[in-house]
Amino acid sequence: MKPPPFDYAVASDLNEAFALLEADEDAKVIAGGQSLIPLLSLRFASPTLLVDISRIRELRAIRCVGETLSIGALARHSDIETDAAVATYAPLLAAAATWVAHPQIRNRGTFGGAIAHSDSAAEFPAVLLAMGATIVTRSSAGERRTAARDFFGSHFQTSLQHGELVTAVEVPGGDAGTRWGFSEFARRKGDYAIGGAAVHARVDASGTCVAASAGLIAAGPGPTPADDLDLELVGRRVTEDDARRAVDRATQGLTPESNVHGSSEFRRAVIGESLRRALHQAFGLPTVDFRRTSA
Amino acid sequence: MKTHITVNGEGHERDVEPRMLLSDYLRHELGLTGTNVGCEHGVCGSCTVLLDGEPVRSCTMLAVQGAGRRVTTVEGLATESDLHPLQEAFSACHGLQCGFCTPGMLMTLLPVYNKGERLSDEEIREAISGNLCRCTGYQQIVESAHKALDHAAALVEGGEDTAAD
Repeated sequence: MKPPPFDYAVASDLNEAFALLEADEDAKVIAGGQSLIPLLSLRFASPTLLVDISRIRELRAIRCVGETLSIGALARHSDIETDAAVATYAPLLAAAATWVAHPQIRNRGTFGGAIAHSDSAAEFPAVLLAMGATIVTRSSAGERRTAARDFFGSHFQTSLQHGELVTAVEVPGGDAGTRWGFSEFARRKGDYAIGGAAVHARVDASGTCVAASAGLIAAGPGPTPADDLDLELVGRRVTEDDARRAVDRATQGLTPESNVHGSSEFRRAVIGESLRRALHQAFGLPTVDFRRTSA
Repeated sequence: MKTHITVNGEGHERDVEPRMLLSDYLRHELGLTGTNVGCEHGVCGSCTVLLDGEPVRSCTMLAVQGAGRRVTTVEGLATESDLHPLQEAFSACHGLQCGFCTPGMLMTLLPVYNKGERLSDEEIREAISGNLCRCTGYQQIVESAHKALDHAAALVEGGEDTAAD
């Protein structure tokens, strides 16, 4: 339960971070370390060098750029939870932040770290899939922008190359037509989810759904978009029956792994129920709050 | 690696290995064994300390990451003669049995106490949701928190400062 030996260097700016990473192919980036340090302690990872980017101030900002909210990679989960701009323009993200681990971890863990870690059971990747976010990355070769859907792979893989960092995430700012919902179930609030879902949708002035998408939590080997959800929702004033059909369509092909928390069938049912509850929340249908029912 | 950390108001400079966890630094380098180490991978909360006034898990942070920062441990709570009001409340309400989780509970609740606001049962449970206790069933811990927060709120209402960190 102690990390293996490694070297450690603090990067004072991005160029220094790129240089340190490029000089060592077994180097890893550390910021909050809330996923990496347990992985080191459990000896699932043994990098030769940790490059600490947590003191690069320019990566901390949360700001509005036109219709877009840009969240710096070093914004902490607790910043996302309490930031006024996030609450106003991306309330789904603010709500999801309260489900990310425990308060002590949210005080250290960074948004960019959670994205680069790409854990299937994590909240933020699912939310970014639902919102159609763009991941901004940089290396010494320059900046790239990648759609969330193309960024996340399976088993903690992403489209990041060695020497490349997540610098920011851009999410579309919401307006009066934006609808969202979030639901998750875990044995203890803050522990890794058994299943969950984030829903992001738009309705027109008449209340008719014009766009809908969702990200599923702990549903597969990587962060998982809910495919074809929109087919049951777009063009309708969404009813409970529509939500149920959308859930069936989005979850029928899922095969989450059986684990200590339950069989694959059970976990698919939890994911489906989470998605149903998130859809209910998004479209103003009768809601059930897991937290209140379990308290 | 030369690392300077301020712990309970006192500066310490030590040459530490990069892989040393902050929890081990506190216990083995400084001899501050009040910080307990339970799961050592971020689940149980017993190693919670304050970093620049905010609760964090000291087992999930490298000591070298604490360079130039301010850490408060459970040893920073009581004075020579008096327990901190949070500790008094845990004692009065039987908020512990074996005591292993207690330093983590206290340090998690300290910033809440310092705000001087009363919280609901649900808010207290949310605040301590990252801390496991295997003895009490949490009831008396919630009671202890209420007692301490009532005390803090009364101080604030009386125009006094809740204190230290």
